[in-house]
Amino acid sequence: MELAVFIMFALLAVVFAVVVVAHRDPVKSTMSMVVTLFSLAVLFVLLGAPFIAALQVLLYTGAILVLFLFVIMLLNIQKEISLPAGRTLQRLVSLAAAAFFVSFLGMLFWVRYADAPQPPYTEAYLSIRALAAELFTTFLLPFELVGLLLLVAVVAASLLARAPADPDKEEATQARAPESEGREREKQRVAEPSGVEVSNGGEP
Amino acid sequence: VSPELQLSLILFAVVLGVMTGVVAPIMVWVERRGAALMQDRRGPNRVGPFGLIQPLADALKFIFKEDIIPANADRTMYLLGPVLALVPAFTAFMVIPFGPAVTYQGVEVNLVVVDGEAGVLILLALASLGVYSLVTAGYGSNNKYSLMGSVRASAQLISYELALAMAVLAVLIPAGSFRLTEVVAYQQANGWNLWLQLPGFLVFLVAAFAETNRLPFDLPEAESELVAGYATEYGSMKFALFFMGEYINMATLSALLATLYLGGWSLYPGWVPPEGWLGVAAGAAILGAKIAAMMAFYVWVRWSFPRFRYDQLMRLGWKVLLPIALATVAVVAALTVAGWY
Repeated sequence: MELAVFIMFALLAVVFAVVVVAHRDPVKSTMSMVVTLFSLAVLFVLLGAPFIAALQVLLYTGAILVLFLFVIMLLNIQKEISLPAGRTLQRLVSLAAAAFFVSFLGMLFWVRYADAPQPPYTEAYLSIRALAAELFTTFLLPFELVGLLLLVAVVAASLLARAPADPDKEEATQARAPESEGREREKQRVAEPSGVEVSNGGEP
Repeated sequence: VSPELQLSLILFAVVLGVMTGVVAPIMVWVERRGAALMQDRRGPNRVGPFGLIQPLADALKFIFKEDIIPANADRTMYLLGPVLALVPAFTAFMVIPFGPAVTYQGVEVNLVVVDGEAGVLILLALASLGVYSLVTAGYGSNNKYSLMGSVRASAQLISYELALAMAVLAVLIPAGSFRLTEVVAYQQANGWNLWLQLPGFLVFLVAAFAETNRLPFDLPEAESELVAGYATEYGSMKFALFFMGEYINMATLSALLATLYLGGWSLYPGWVPPEGWLGVAAGAAILGAKIAAMMAFYVWVRWSFPRFRYDQLMRLGWKVLLPIALATVAVVAALTVAGWY
């Protein structure tokens, strides 16, 4: 039963991963990626990690790929045009490169993990509590660093999302701001110090 | 087959049957009669007593209508839309506890289809897949109104899911578990979360309307601007499936809200259910009553409020709901650590 489910979803994952790359319609590529990531979540459940599976579906399929679709549809990206026929050499070379990469990765995993000792996959080892304990003790520093990285990314993203105003006008208001502008304006500037600093540096 | 799995399968079948056979038709009737009531009309009252058989007549009409696929539609995506509307809606119900634990074939079993450690996360994950139905439907229809609806749906659902998940997280912190059975047990001991976490409750309530595409947040459909949004090109039974998906989603989120904030299947904090299957029946009835009350609230709000503008909707999500939800999480976490919760 477990093996049957594994084979089914492993096949789904692989087949739709190929479709992601091969399909010419970007929306369908993204939808195929949804299937792939969902199948991976099922494999996580089979490995006894329902928490990771739920996060995988919640974050990747439920949020990130929806964002992909949103951008694709918003920018109205068209279907890719297939290469004109007769580029046999290019195709052969890409196939060979892909084959090499796959076998290289496969070999790497084989050498690294074939004889590696298995951790005890008990219920306690796989529990959310144990995961949290590991994250906040053994891996505290990397965990916090990742948090910091995400924060920086969020600040940068919201800065990029702000409409780039007319550069001359912007400089003028900033120069005037401390003296002539009202207190309201100053408060606003103070409220987002990081944004102002970086935007000054970014302006030509 | 173990007793747990047997009970799970029976429960799943019952839920599925009740959802399609009872909740969806009754909601159609409640919505139409409710609208009529609020607009001082009579509403559908010809078929059966009080028009109660009207949903059946509607369903028959849907089934016998000509089934059309637009010539320029993307066939796979177009047909996938209604299917994707139903599947996540049905499966998300799995983690809601329907009553107190019961002894079945000598084993003590929690009355939940899936009582996994990830608990409510599974529900949120499956609910987050619901957006794909709107996206595939809108894209597959090959119609500008449909596509506009899809684009709106994808932006809207992401924004509101975040606030929703944060509100849920604030409930889970004091309960100390992702399992909804534990959340109910916590409320049995400490009182309903409705009072303990009022801001989180309000965020959840508002986000639930956006999550189910109901007025005042039904921007993906917005019949006054987008014809019918993502559903413009759909007719006959395929359109009915979208409708059913919407009602079942409403029921799922109502059940989640009742479980997280209104004590779930418990009548009041500290209520001791009757022994055995009588307790199960009582618990299920109480949860059902809470869900019904929430659904009636949905209908009431739908016919009371005008639709938000799209930018207002996005602003509300990111600049009001999310900060409130984040603050709730922070405060609740601090209070829990301090031992006040």
